[in-house]
Amino acid sequence: MRGATRVTWTGRALAVAVTVALTATACGGGGSGGGGGGGGSEAGVVRAFWTDPQRPVEPANTNEVQGGKVLDMAFRGLKKYDPATGKAENAVAESITTSDQRNFTIKLKKGWKFSDGTAVTAKSFVDAWNYGALVTNKQVNSYFFEYIDGYDDVHPDKGEPKAKKLSGLKVKDSHTFTVKLNQKFSLWPETLGYVAYSPLPKKFFSDHDGWLKKPVGNGPYQVDSYTKGQVMKLSRNKHYAGQDKPRNKGVHLKVYTDQNTGYTDLQAGNLDVVDELPAGQLKNAKKDLNGRYINQPAGILQTVSFPMYDKNWQGRKANLVRRGLSMAIDRKEVTEKIYHGTREPATDLTSPVLKSAGGYKAGLCGETCEFNPKRAKQLVKQGGGIPGGRIKLTSNVDTGSHRQWMEAVCNSINHTLGKNNACTVDPVPTFSEFRSNVSAKKMKGMFRTGWQMDYPLIQNFIQPIFYKDASSNDSHFADAEVDKLIDKANSSDEAAAVTTFQQAEELILEKLPAIPLWYQNGNAGYSDRVSGVRLNPFSVPVFTDIKVK
Amino acid sequence: MGRYVVRRLLQMIPVFIGTTFLIFVMVYAVGDPVNAMFGDRAPDPATAAQLRSEFNLDKPIWQQYLLYMGKIFTGDFGNAFNGQPVTELMATAFPITIRLAILAIVFEIVIGIILGVLTGLRRGRPIDTTVLMLTLVVISVPTFVTGTLAQYLLGVKWGWIRPAVSPEAPAGELLLPALVLALVSLAYVTRLTRTSIAENARADYVRTAIAKGLPRRRVTLRHLLRNSLIPVVTFLGTDVGNLMAGALVTERIFNIQGVGFQLWQGVVRQNSPTVVGFVTILVIVFLLANLLVDLLYAVLDPRIRYA
Repeated sequence: MRGATRVTWTGRALAVAVTVALTATACGGGGSGGGGGGGGSEAGVVRAFWTDPQRPVEPANTNEVQGGKVLDMAFRGLKKYDPATGKAENAVAESITTSDQRNFTIKLKKGWKFSDGTAVTAKSFVDAWNYGALVTNKQVNSYFFEYIDGYDDVHPDKGEPKAKKLSGLKVKDSHTFTVKLNQKFSLWPETLGYVAYSPLPKKFFSDHDGWLKKPVGNGPYQVDSYTKGQVMKLSRNKHYAGQDKPRNKGVHLKVYTDQNTGYTDLQAGNLDVVDELPAGQLKNAKKDLNGRYINQPAGILQTVSFPMYDKNWQGRKANLVRRGLSMAIDRKEVTEKIYHGTREPATDLTSPVLKSAGGYKAGLCGETCEFNPKRAKQLVKQGGGIPGGRIKLTSNVDTGSHRQWMEAVCNSINHTLGKNNACTVDPVPTFSEFRSNVSAKKMKGMFRTGWQMDYPLIQNFIQPIFYKDASSNDSHFADAEVDKLIDKANSSDEAAAVTTFQQAEELILEKLPAIPLWYQNGNAGYSDRVSGVRLNPFSVPVFTDIKVK
Repeated sequence: MGRYVVRRLLQMIPVFIGTTFLIFVMVYAVGDPVNAMFGDRAPDPATAAQLRSEFNLDKPIWQQYLLYMGKIFTGDFGNAFNGQPVTELMATAFPITIRLAILAIVFEIVIGIILGVLTGLRRGRPIDTTVLMLTLVVISVPTFVTGTLAQYLLGVKWGWIRPAVSPEAPAGELLLPALVLALVSLAYVTRLTRTSIAENARADYVRTAIAKGLPRRRVTLRHLLRNSLIPVVTFLGTDVGNLMAGALVTERIFNIQGVGFQLWQGVVRQNSPTVVGFVTILVIVFLLANLLVDLLYAVLDPRIRYA
């Protein structure tokens, strides 16, 4: 009898489980039907691929593309980079003037408003910059304000800040403020198109948590709703005073857990713009999407650097070895075979997006960046061979096909030098571990260094990387002559600055602390529902230009 | 029985502390997550130091662990690096994954056991051979292959379903992902049931039951199946935990924002609070599921008694 009751009990439990599941299914079925019917709200709206931003979406706290996408739509700074030419043009700024390349007077246009209707004033900028620079606010883009006078007081390397506000910023009247820099920097106004310099409304300071849930900015779009990890819905900002008014009704940024799923959804017609195509699909993307595929230069340069703090890599002989190694790499083959044309062999230290007016000069690297096995072998021999006879090429391998290209580069070097194990790959599992090793000066051989520009200026490709003790000078390269040229460029007027930076670049390429590998392109695919899709120099889609059929 | 349960629950405490500590050490040993926040450039030391102290990363690891555990008991799992409380992430992720896991388990039980009984009773017949072959195929093909293939065929090629599940993840949209998730285990359940049934079909008590003149149906369901279910139940119990964690692959393929996705993202971005928090909950789920399995033994087989 006992047994019998128990059986019934299990039987019932099973029955209940099945019923529950079936009811859930039934409900779900109804729900999805409703979702399909609700497609009306998506009429005229661009549906775009997105992943969850890694940091809270604040102008001075976002340094990756996904958060940058939102800021690009919801904010406008003093300047704006033209999507096609990369040239900085006035947006909120009426004029930015200086007589000594150090003290700047900034006048704002009148009539700009945030999406909540409050006016954009000089104070909106000054408060935002002070917030971004203050070390206790823990903003990852703080370093953008490092050229402003008083930065060391609000952002000391150690200990508590001595001041709350940058002493170099002064509000003159409601639409004018002045900036004093701590050094001459003629190209500084051109940097102001970067999102870190965006103005912030009062609400940001009075109700910070509320603002983070639904950011308020002065850009062409306003944020309607933000469900973390799922979707951000943006619509036209009716207060927007800029020229580039949106040509669509809005943008829905949909969070995808995997690039492949985004790509599949694009093919199925459930998504309009995908700006992160999975590496495995690059080969077929053009065909799969019937040509609705974009492959254009982005401001990203990949290089490998040498530890200039290591005795083995100093001196004239080591320079010859570096040169030889550079010539031993068949860049063309690697970019075609591994990246299917989404990288271009690099011939200078900047990027094609700068255009020649901005300082890009194809072929500046000369024969050093050309594949020449015979000369490579000769140079390495002249330099006394690779220090220690073997060299390791290292990078993190958790993203971006790094393992594949490193193996290809090493193979190319080994093949050229006719030695099987001259170059070996030393993979590091995570990016953060790799970063700590680089910071701790633990490098012995070649290591990957990539640079994604902050603003389309030659200065940004040279100074942070090659100036003595600069923030991203991972090879710890230091050369008095180069530094002198950089200083000179910063104190001369804009046109002369570019040529002087190029002289510095030429000198760096002579010393060769880093070997240019390739320029990285931005890629995107789009559906037949939209037109006018293109990427800006930061490889973010220009959402305002997209038309929905 | 009550005392047994209490004893088992008490035993869970050291297991829980041990596992969470191991996970904690492993996650924090991988490297410094603050470095990763600065993208492809060297972190600015002042900001990095501020961030480290915000997340207690500047303290020795044992102290970090104590601080973390202290907070957990007050229900505070800390904040993910984008400022969102981990409990909020759990509140959205767990219901979705539980829904997915329940559907998968139902598939496993219903399809797996039915196929197992059918094949077990018809050993050597064509249906037995066919099902065995099929399970072999299913077991040998990895989930991401079946998943992406099913998604491509049904979602893109034929357009029957939306390839990506919507953020609300209603059960209707989860049917295919659940089936994909369940497939491998389903094959195992089928094989386990088949062997067990085949073995027990020759047992004395079955012959007795038949000799008593009981209807065939009753013999199979009450006598044969019940006795054959013990290995299957053991498997299903451990599978509950596996399904929740193993949903990682399936959830990525179908864009389901559940536990697997949060774990994956946490690992990729070295978001230690998310990883440790989610794994801690998974540990509890695992422990409870195993306890439930042990209790179910007694239900299935009265000879097993707990005191």
